[in-house]
This record gives sequence, structure tokens and C-alpha cells, in this order.
Amino acid sequence: MEWANQLCENRQFGSKMTDSKYFTTTKKGEIFELKAELNSDKKEKKKEAVKKVIASMTVGKDVSALFPDVVNCMQTDNLELKKLVYLYLMNYAKSQPDMAIMAVNTFVKDCEDANPLIRALAVRTMGCIRVDKITEYLCEPLRKCLKDEDPYVRKTAAVCVAKLHDINAQLVEDQGFLDTLKDLISDSNPMVVANAVAALSEIAESHPNSNLLDLNPQSINKLLTALNECTEWGQIFILDCLANYTPRDDRESQSICERVTPRLSHANSAVVLSAVKVLMKFMEMLPKDLDYYSTLLKKLAPPLVTLLSAEPELQYVALRNINLIVQKRPEILKHEMKVFFVKYNDPIYVKLEKLDIMIRLASQANIAQVLAELKEYATEVDVDFVRKAVRAIGRCAIKVEQSAERCVSTLLDLIQTKVNYVVQEAIVVIKDIFRKYPNKYESVIATLCENLDSLDEPEARAAMIWIVGEYAERIDNADELLESFLEGFHDESTQVQLQLLTAIVKLFLKKPTETQELVQQVLSLATQDSDNPDLRDRGYIYWRLLSTDPVAAKEVVLAEKPLISEETDLIEPTLLEELICHIGTLASVYHKPPSAFVEGSRGVMHKRLPLGGDIGGSPAMGAGFGAAPAVMPASLNAPVGGGLGDLFDLGGVGMPMGAYIPPKIVWLPAMKAKGLEISGTFARRAGVIQMELILTNKAMSVMTDFAIQFNRNSFGLAPAGPLQVLTPLGPNQTIEVSLPLSTVGPVMKMDPLNNLQVAVKNNIDVFYFSCQYPISMLFVEDGKMERQVFLATWKDIPNDNESQFQIKDCHLNSDAASSKLQGSNIFTIAKRTVEGQDMLYMSIKLSNGIWVLAELRVQAGNPNYTISLKCRAPEVSQCVFQCYEAVLKN
Amino acid sequence: MIGGLFIYNHKGEVLISRVYRDDIGRNAVDAFRVNVIHARQQVRSPVTNIARTSFFHVKRSNIWLAAVTKQNVNAAMVFEFLYKMCDVMASYFGKISEENIKNNFVLIYELLDEILDFGYPQNSETGSLKTFITQQGIKGQTKEEQSQITSQVTGQIGWRREGIKYRRNELFLDVLESVNLLMSPQGQVLSAHVSGRVVMKSYLSGMPECKFGMNDKIIIDKAGKGGVTNEAGKSTSGKQSIAIDDCTFNQCVRLSKFDSERSISFIPPDGEYELMRYRTTKDIILPFRVIPLVREVGRTKLEVKVVIKSNFKPSLLAQKIEVRIPTPLNTSGVQVICMKGKAKYKASENAIVWKIKRMAGMKESQISAEIELLPTNDKKKWARPPISMNFEVPFAPSGLKVRYLKVFESKLNYSDHDVIKWVRYIGRSGIYETRC
Repeated sequence: MEWANQLCENRQFGSKMTDSKYFTTTKKGEIFELKAELNSDKKEKKKEAVKKVIASMTVGKDVSALFPDVVNCMQTDNLELKKLVYLYLMNYAKSQPDMAIMAVNTFVKDCEDANPLIRALAVRTMGCIRVDKITEYLCEPLRKCLKDEDPYVRKTAAVCVAKLHDINAQLVEDQGFLDTLKDLISDSNPMVVANAVAALSEIAESHPNSNLLDLNPQSINKLLTALNECTEWGQIFILDCLANYTPRDDRESQSICERVTPRLSHANSAVVLSAVKVLMKFMEMLPKDLDYYSTLLKKLAPPLVTLLSAEPELQYVALRNINLIVQKRPEILKHEMKVFFVKYNDPIYVKLEKLDIMIRLASQANIAQVLAELKEYATEVDVDFVRKAVRAIGRCAIKVEQSAERCVSTLLDLIQTKVNYVVQEAIVVIKDIFRKYPNKYESVIATLCENLDSLDEPEARAAMIWIVGEYAERIDNADELLESFLEGFHDESTQVQLQLLTAIVKLFLKKPTETQELVQQVLSLATQDSDNPDLRDRGYIYWRLLSTDPVAAKEVVLAEKPLISEETDLIEPTLLEELICHIGTLASVYHKPPSAFVEGSRGVMHKRLPLGGDIGGSPAMGAGFGAAPAVMPASLNAPVGGGLGDLFDLGGVGMPMGAYIPPKIVWLPAMKAKGLEISGTFARRAGVIQMELILTNKAMSVMTDFAIQFNRNSFGLAPAGPLQVLTPLGPNQTIEVSLPLSTVGPVMKMDPLNNLQVAVKNNIDVFYFSCQYPISMLFVEDGKMERQVFLATWKDIPNDNESQFQIKDCHLNSDAASSKLQGSNIFTIAKRTVEGQDMLYMSIKLSNGIWVLAELRVQAGNPNYTISLKCRAPEVSQCVFQCYEAVLKN
Repeated sequence: MIGGLFIYNHKGEVLISRVYRDDIGRNAVDAFRVNVIHARQQVRSPVTNIARTSFFHVKRSNIWLAAVTKQNVNAAMVFEFLYKMCDVMASYFGKISEENIKNNFVLIYELLDEILDFGYPQNSETGSLKTFITQQGIKGQTKEEQSQITSQVTGQIGWRREGIKYRRNELFLDVLESVNLLMSPQGQVLSAHVSGRVVMKSYLSGMPECKFGMNDKIIIDKAGKGGVTNEAGKSTSGKQSIAIDDCTFNQCVRLSKFDSERSISFIPPDGEYELMRYRTTKDIILPFRVIPLVREVGRTKLEVKVVIKSNFKPSLLAQKIEVRIPTPLNTSGVQVICMKGKAKYKASENAIVWKIKRMAGMKESQISAEIELLPTNDKKKWARPPISMNFEVPFAPSGLKVRYLKVFESKLNYSDHDVIKWVRYIGRSGIYETRC
């Protein structure tokens, strides 16, 4: 069967096209010549000249001197020429603001042209000219264009509002363009809706507290309808916007999911990924026993797999996202291992990502296949890829115990290849395997020792030295081996030096008779000849230990080591949650929150997944970014100074006893922070908020250079001074520090409200964790309200803001409760007894000036209290209630 | 959103530079050239972050297209847009080359102004773009024509313009599949899948409504539900219907209808386009079976025998068959004997390449080779790369069959019967390998 090819037009343009000649004029005096040509009477010549100007502009020449001459060409009915002049204007208007005014008249006129294409062109271009004087003139035409009869003009005007907002946000608000833009969400034309959504989303990003998009079930419904009708790009804008919404309950969540799932079959990968984002987020709210939940899980796998047949760049984006999805919900892709097998022709960036995902998906069920593949990869050409493959084999061994033996023998085969970097990589992972399965594979040590000479990378040398030290009693010539390293001690990297020091000390403790000289030698090298404080310190510690109490030394140095974790390189859970909310975007490609790479106010809003299925009962806590968090008052001049000065009168101020301090809990387990464990609590002492921390070093090396930072949080908590860890923290050492906090840091609403994201840095790495502080810490000492004021305020706050809670099993009488609460700055203002029921009226003031009023009802003999809270910022009520509970029960 | 878009030649000279956002300065143009185009090592990622500015790039022949942004943009969208941009340019002036770009730079700027506004992708369907962005300049359009253009550009059916007329209504349907296989030396299938595309060329008048049907298992089972028991249903319709793992559609297809009824209905773009892509992994017809036999005779000789068997109807002919048998690096000489076609040892590719022009179904052919090796002291064993195969067969290895493609155009007076339809199936090898 032959194709009727003649039907398919060949749209090559004729050979008369010779625009490329404009790129080649580089004569001197060119500007002068162009000027003459621009002012020519002949239309063709003029156009030619403008083309030359644009070509020069493209290659980076400065042609701004021609501004008046080019602007003179603007008044033309030739659309092609007009577009070129506009292009020039967009580039140079900023540098010639006064002259740019010359163009205004033409713009204004064009905005009223009969041809909608010209009206749109004018409004589109005008928005790109960032000159104040021009923007003033833009408002009227823009207002008209937003209500133009032609959808093409309206969709262009919608984007123009975002442009104008970027230049002058105040002007946009004053002129009421935001409301007009909101109206466009109900436009009959799907593309207008999509552009309006895009523009509003962008504007909302720079106003995190505004209620711009006002997402509610009605507006969501409109968006979902437009989703079916608009272009692929519009679908992306709408889906990305939908992802910011938090449904009210699981039923709403399910119905949105149902309407979004068809998008998974779209040919455009970005539409698919944005749909996946919406589904991943809303799924959080569905009860896990729901049939629909498992159906949805099944529906997600095929489109994700299909993304891997897209172009390589998109595959890369998809793989980076799949990496996140696999960490969040491993069940989705657990049966799809094969599709991540590396193809010979994949670009290297795709290969490396696939390998990463293979390791994450490795399980007992598929380990045989995975190992066979990894073995193949280890013989490839690209060094990075081969290294990663070798490392992956080691990780398989650690992850799947049943496979450990096979992995070790595979690694040994690889060591036999004698390929230098393969050998070194293999030794590094074998060290970890030894750690994970002690006393199992030591028989291979002999083979490893054969390769001692070929190791030239610090990590591999350190690993090998560790192995020799750890198993010194089984290696006959351990002393010789270590001695050979000692010769070039000063040329080694710190990592190797530290390891060598420890290994020789271990050796000495195991075989004290033959190695006395060796240990003397290394101790003096480390303590006397080295400039490295870490090394010196460790040397001195060993020296002292060995000389004073060899038994204790044995206990310390040869102590049993903690197990190493199975999963490595996992993304910290709160970050993972945030990244899931950013599926498809750059954040998900970099695996970093937007604030890490975006400047200014945009993108710093941290997104969180909605809470699980039983959210229904809890009071409204921020519904997406549309909700206005009234908690954030502008008045950050809170009364608590929290400076260092306060520190010194710590004991001085008489303070009612019994301020509630929650017990310390582990915030950062050692497993997640390369050996650093942090536990802690919060307290308020003498009007100063303290973060009390216990840092424990469970790693093998010394930790130094501690520092701490908070992410923006709901009440502007920030460290008031540096973290005072002055001495290095040795292995197995613990230190208690208290860090005074101020409340004048940057503010951002968190969910839950009292969540605090903390970063702690030391010489090893930066670690992130999040913790929740009792809001009672923020209750200030002058929180006792006047009675009259209390009554008036109680009446003044609308009843909608009142929330009621039950405190169960509390056996205090009302007076005891009152004095206990007072300890935490919850002040009782009045007490009334009605029919055997005590009613306590109380007031609380938060560090940011928010007042919370409370009515506590205590019935004699009934262990259940009822509490009503009234506050202008009802979001805090839940946290305040939790404090009541905590204080009363402790 | 996208802050700027640059096009460079292979030397890193800027051919096109269009900045959409104020946060992107001229220095971004140079940053990309220095850090990516002129970088010493191979590109390690299609997304690069240089000084808090992110660069997305794709390469077409030796032309670089880079999108730049300082915000947290939708990365998948940016790449999709760059591909689309390439398609649009290609459909306007053919191959994307330095010469063509220089020759059409005014047109490109005009296109960039239209399809990207403030960094937001707008309608980028060539069908509608060509109605108002032309090289000839817009001729005096009537008011009606203008509003027709704008409603099409912004409308629900942005991919097709109104008022298309053909004397002969005709459509061509190509089912193009690539079959991928990895087989163990013992003949066990390690992995196999078909990735297929349905490509259409439609030359239809008006705004026709089309409905496409294939032997999708879910539909056939639904239709066959009445009366037939499951067991019987499998035996009768099992061969005729196929299980599709996943499929994606051109934006003209109504996805919600597919989701609810699994029917594929659409108003087609004019001319050539890809209607759908799909993937299957079950009951694949593997057109060829490769049986390798490698024997090491001492340290300096290798005997290789490879049998290929064609596994399809005898009346069909496979074409462009090529079997590639890798040889060790220390090969000094090769003697080949083959029953059919031509075989040659290609030292530069370290392989014996065996080509057969045509081969009918249910046949088999054989090649045997003696490979002489130079003695080496290299301890590393030869990794034995898999034997790969290329071919083309006139059927769909997935078993996909087009059941119907109905065309309805109620306003014009032609009916489904008047449309001339052509259907063609082509199965090609993807990565078709047998380990030895």
C-alpha cells in the first residue's frame, strides 16, 4: 500500500528567504547607516533596517541609540513591522524612559483598533514595558481589554494583570484589577479561565496571606469544568492551582480525584505529572479502607511508567519525581521494577536516576533480577555510573538480608576485575556490610588485603583501614599493614588520618604486646606533628585513656557499634511532604524546597500535605493558601525582648512555681543525622522562651561547629543568640544547652500552627527536623485582662469564633486548676458558681498580642471539664486547648 | 514561569534571545554558554542551576534551545514546551538548523511572542498559528475572518480551523509498534513489551466527529458479557482482544469519555498527528526467536552458531532483517558461513553483522562463524554482550487490531461511507536482544 504523499504539503518556505544576511553586517559606522535607513521614505527599506536592528540586538550589540528612529516606525499598518518595533521597545524602553512616552499614543490607539489581534498585541506589549509613566497609561486600556468582547483579547489582558502586578502591585490593587481577574474565572471561554487562573496563582504567591483565589467547592467546580475544555497548557495551570486546595472532607476529596484521573491519559507529560500531584495530595485525606483508595493507587502506576517512554529530558524530570513518589508510597510501583532497568542508550542522567529508584524498589521478591542487572552495569564505561552500580550492590546486601551472601560474592568478583575505581568502591560498601552483619563475611578480608596498594582514594583507604583495625585479631600481619600506611601519615587526608589513629589504637588493645611501638608512633604523630585540632584532640583522648585506664579504653574504643540503618539517602519526612506538593516543578527535580533556590518572596510558602482521613472534627486550620490566616498580626513588636541580657537574671525573678514544661523527647534520631541525636523541650523561664536541647554524639568522630537556624514559623520564633556548644562533642558524649528564643523573627503560618522546622549544622552536615512547641510558652506575663475589658471583648468577638472542648479525667478542683494554670500565664479574672458548677473566666495574651478568652466549667465530682475559647484568631484555639490539657494533667 | 528563551548555535553564539521576565538579565545568556555549551565534561543533567538561575535545555542537531527561569516553574511543562517549540518551528521552516533559524529569525520572534506570554505557554497548535502568523504578512482580513481566528486560537478546538474543504475525504491510519525483548540464552523471556503509536493523517472536510475502536480487551469483554461464561469468553475472544497496560492520547481526544466509557472520540486535527500511544506487555507475538550457541575452543578460538526462527504467518514477509553478533575485543580473524543473506565481520564495531533482505514466516535460517582470538594476558573475561536484532514486519506484534474508525459530519453532506480509509500495520524491533 502506498501513501498519497502529495497531499502532505511540504511547508518549506521558498528560497527567497535571506534574513540571515542581517547577522553578518559588522561594519563600522553601522549605527549611522541604520539611522539613515530607518528614516527612509521607502517602506521596504525601513522594514529591512528594523530587521537589522533586531538582529544586532539579538547578538548583544547595543542599538539603544536608535530609539527615536525606531519608535518613529511604529505608526504603520504593516503588522510584521509593528511587531518588530514592539520587540525593540520591550528591550530598550527601560533604558530610555522619557522617549518611551513617545510610544504611548500609538499603544492607546492600537488598544481600540477594530482588529482584535492588534488590540491584544498592544495590551500584551504594553505590559512588558516596565516604565512607570507608561504603566499609568496602561490602566484604562487594560480595563477595557479585560472586558473586551473578543476572548483572544481577554485572555491576553488576564496575563497582563500579572505583568502589571509585577511592576506595581499597589496600582493593580487600587485599580480593582484583581476583582476583574477573579470574575474571569467564570468566563465562558476556557482559555480565558486558564490564563486568569495562572495570573491569580502567580499574584497569590507573592501575597501568601491574601484571599485571592478564594478556592471553595463552587470555584473548584468551575475549574474542573474548564479543565476538560482548555488547551494542554491551560490544563497544567488549572491542575497546579487545584493542588493548592485543601478539600473539606474525604468525600469532596474523592470527587475531585475522580474528575482529575482522566488527565492521566493525556499525551502531555506535564499534564500527567500535575494530575499525579493533585492525586497524591488529595489521597492523603481518603480513608485507607475505602475501595476507591486502592483503585486510585492502581491507576497511578501505568501513567508513571508511560512517562519513561518520553524524551530523555522529560524522563529525567519524571524519574526525579518517581523517586519522591516511591519514598512516599512505595506500594504504587513495587511491581514495576523492570521498567527501571537501564537501557544501553539512555543518557547518563537517566541511567543514574533509574539506578537510584531500582535500589529503593529492591525487595526480597525481585532481588535476584536486580542483582543480575547491577552486575551488568558494573562493567559499563561511565565511571560515575559504574561506581553507583557497585555501591548499589552493597546497599542491596544491607537492605535484603537474604541476598547479602550473593551480593558479597558479586562484589568479590568485581574486585577480581582489578579495575581500580571498582575495587575501591567495592571496599567502601563491604565495610558497611561488615557493620550490618558482624561476624559473617570476614573470610573475604584476605582478598581485600591483596588490593591494599591500589587504593588511592581517601574514602576507600579509610574503609580499608577501618576493616584492618576492626578485625585486627584475625589478620596476622595487621600491624605491618597499618604500619605501611603510617609512613606517609602527613600526606593523608584527615579522614584517613583519623581512621588510622583509631585503627592502631584498636590493634594495640587487641594485641598489646607486639604493637606498643606502633601506637606510640601514631599518638605522637597525631598529637605533636599535626595541625589538625580534631586529630590532636582524638590523639590526646586516646593517649590519656590508654595511660590511665586501659580497661576503660577497651570499653570505649572496642564498644559495640550501633546498627546501621537499612535505608540510606531517604529524604527527611517533612521535606518529602513538601516536595510531594511540588511534583512536576523544579523543586521536585532539585529535591529542595523552593525557598532554597528562589529569591525574594515567591515560593517561600511551605506547602504541606493535608491531614489524614479523620480531619473532619478539628476546627478549620488554614484551607489551602486561599485562607486568610488572621493570626499573623502586623504588630510584631511583641513585649518579649528575649535578648541575652535576660539570661543573667535567670534565677533572680520570683516566678510562680509550676510553669508547665513538657518532657524532653527525641526530635532527631541519630540514625537520621549521621550519629547526632537531638532531644529537647521548650520552656518559659522568667519571661524568656528557652529551647532546651540535649545533643548526643553517637557517631565515631568528633562533632564541632554547631549552629542552629529556624525556618519561618507562625509566631516568628528565632534563636536570640548562637547555639552555645563551645567544646567539640566527642563520640558518645552528651551536652545540654539552652537556647534563648525571641519572637521577632520572620513569620509564616505553619500547619499545625505550633510546628517549628529546625536546621542544625555541625562539621559533618546540616540536619533538618521539625518539632512542636506548646503554645503556652508564648503566653506572656502581662496577660491578665481588666474585668470590664474582658466582658466587652467577650461580647465583641463573634460567636463563630467560639470553640468548645472537653478535658477528660481531670481531678483538680477549680481553685487548684486556677493556680496551676496561673503558673503558665493563664490568668483567672473572675469566678462564678452556678448550681454547683464553677465557672472560671480566664485570659491569655500571646507574644504577638493576640488575646484568648476562656470560660472553664468545672462541676464538682465530674472529672470532665468543659472549656470554651474565644479569640479573634480562632486558629489558635486548638493549640490553646492542648495547652490546657497538658498543664492540667501534669 | 519561563523568564527567557535563548537559541544558540553549536559554538554558543546566540541566534535568538527573547526575555519575558525582568529577573533575567543579559548575563544569563553568557552563563549558559560558559557553563553548559562550553563545559568540558559531558552534560550531566538537562536542568542546570547557575547562580540561582535555572536553565532547561534540549538539543536539536547542533542547535541548543534553553529556557531560563528564577522561579519554581513546572519543569515538565517547560520541557514539553521546548519540544513543542521545536515542532512548531519545524512545521514552519523544516529542519532546525543554524541557517534556517537565521533565515527565519523574524518569524521566530513573532512566534515566540504569540506562544509564550509573560512566560506562560499559550496556544501552540500549528494548525491555528498558521492562520494568522505567516511570512507574507496578514492580508486585509474581514471582521469575520478575524473573529474566526481569535475564536479558534482561544477556543475548545484550538487544533483545527473551521471551513476546511477537501474534494476527496480520506484518512490514513498507521499502527506503528516497536517490540522490545530481552531473552536469556536458554530462551526464557526476561522482559518484553510493545510500545505502539497510532498515527493518523486525516484529510476531512468540516468539523468531523471521529470514533476510533480497537480490540481493547476491556471493551470486548464488556460487549461479550451477555451469556458467555468467563471461561468460554477467554478462549474465543482471548486471541482477538489485547490487554493494554496504559495509553495516552493527543489532546483532541475527550479524556473523560475514555475514562468513563473507554471510547476514543475526537475531532481530528488536519493533516498528520499522533492520535495515541500505548504499551502492552501481555501475549506479545515475538516475530523472531534467536538461538545462540557459543563454544570456546581452547583459548584462541570461539565457535558461534546462531539460528533465527521467524514466528508468524507464512504468507507474511519480514524485511530489513539484521542480526548483530558481538565479538571479543581481541578477535584476529572471522570466518562466516550463512545459509541466507550476507554476513560480514566489522572489526570497527566488534561485531558480525548478518543482513537478510526478506524472510517469510515460519522459516528458519542459520549462521555459523569461527572466531580466532589473539592470546592476551587480560584477566578480565569478555563480558559477552547480547545479540541484537533489527527487523520490520507487516503486522502489529501486540495483536492490536483496528476495529473501526467512524467519521460523522452532520453539517456537510458526506457520510462515513464516503470517506476513503487506509489502515497499515508496521512492527519494528525496538531493543530486541538475546543474551548469549
